[in-house]
Amino acid sequence: MTLSIGCRARPGKARNNKTGSWRVFKPVFDQEKCTKCGLCMTLCPEGCVHETEEGFVAPDYTYCKGCGVCAEECPGGAITMIQEEK
Amino acid sequence: MMEITEGSHAVAEAIRLCRPQVISAYPITPQTHIVEALAEMVANCQLDAEYLTVDNELSALSACVGASAAGSRTYSATTSQGLALMFEVCFNASGMRLPIVMSIANRAMGAPLSIWNDQQDSISLRDSGWLQFYAEDNQEATDLHFLAYRVAEDHSVLLPAFVCFDGFILSHTYEPIDMLSQEDVDRFLPPFSPYERLDAADPISFGMYATPDYYLEFRYEMDRALKDSKAIIQKRGTEFGQMFGRDYSAMVEGYRLEDAETAIVAMGSICGTTKDAIDEMRDEGKKVGLLKIRVFRPFPDEETAKLLSHVQRVAVLDKNISLGAKGAVALEVKDALYGSGIPVKDYILGLGGRDVRKKDIKAIVALAEKGQGDIFYGLRREVL
Repeated sequence: MTLSIGCRARPGKARNNKTGSWRVFKPVFDQEKCTKCGLCMTLCPEGCVHETEEGFVAPDYTYCKGCGVCAEECPGGAITMIQEEK
Repeated sequence: MMEITEGSHAVAEAIRLCRPQVISAYPITPQTHIVEALAEMVANCQLDAEYLTVDNELSALSACVGASAAGSRTYSATTSQGLALMFEVCFNASGMRLPIVMSIANRAMGAPLSIWNDQQDSISLRDSGWLQFYAEDNQEATDLHFLAYRVAEDHSVLLPAFVCFDGFILSHTYEPIDMLSQEDVDRFLPPFSPYERLDAADPISFGMYATPDYYLEFRYEMDRALKDSKAIIQKRGTEFGQMFGRDYSAMVEGYRLEDAETAIVAMGSICGTTKDAIDEMRDEGKKVGLLKIRVFRPFPDEETAKLLSHVQRVAVLDKNISLGAKGAVALEVKDALYGSGIPVKDYILGLGGRDVRKKDIKAIVALAEKGQGDIFYGLRREVL
């Protein structure tokens, strides 16, 4: 994303702003423990957890800020937060 | 047309000729006469502008930020504590790249309360990203407003500008002014053409937030725009000279400096006194000259180094003090001359309205010749 003069932005800028770069911890989903309950999808504040073709769930790392809500709320303990090296 | 006018009224007339669309200001001594005159012009339909009577300086500049973002040519004026109250908004105005022009009738900072002149107020905002012009006399104070708008609104600059002139010494003094006509000003200063503007039909936000991944780059771009504005100042200053006979292309100006052994560096109205003192010293055979700084931000470091390259010593007159360090002008001059081996001495003087006379300038030159400096000049030790 190139800079705008005076940090000016038009609506919808968040689509171009890859907030995934803010992340320190990354959620890793374990399909063996996942019960497909969909709670993580409902609670993700970024709306970036989506259903895969196999019916499991996966985060969109382009926008996932690594807040950890999904890992905290997952009833089956299927999501682990792992520190990312950049 | 030549007319005898008070400095503040000359500045107000210059602003009227610039056709600002929004004026937002709060009266404060010694700036008051400017905004009173502008309010009268608006009330008398001599100036077609929105005049906002706001509740304080923070509101005054905030309104200018909104109006400028909406695409208006905006103006404000203040001084001292009023400018201090605008501190936060000053950084927002420059960060959002809004070419607001504001007159500063320079005054000391309290406490202790002082309504009198020095340059501590605008100097304290030297890091805020605003261009800073300093006037020697009221003719210059008037003309620099035309130049300030012309440069600030250039799409390669897009930064706000202070036009500083010494409170009371200039603001309340009557001088002959060659006032431009409306046709003249219209030829020099075209209508404001905003780079981008607030528009409900095409929404945009100004000054959004930047994460650590971007902030450094935003600051770099501001610094680059401010430094690049040197070329625009030179271009428009030359144009002004060609059109009206007063050339403002140089950010620093030498006076009898070509063969000088001692160079005085000064900014603002003190330059006039210094020139008179230099004439008298020259008559006595002393090789003294002046380097007058007209533009303090962007700082003309290369130009300063070039004009001072041949002198044996430099005496900087600072009407401000970066407490715990030195005068702000001296710090810049020392930086510009770093490695040249030319000794630079600083003299803090004239703070809070203390008069600076020709004899003081001569005494400072004598001190500089003896290698004495980096002092508060004229301290009344008996009260310490």
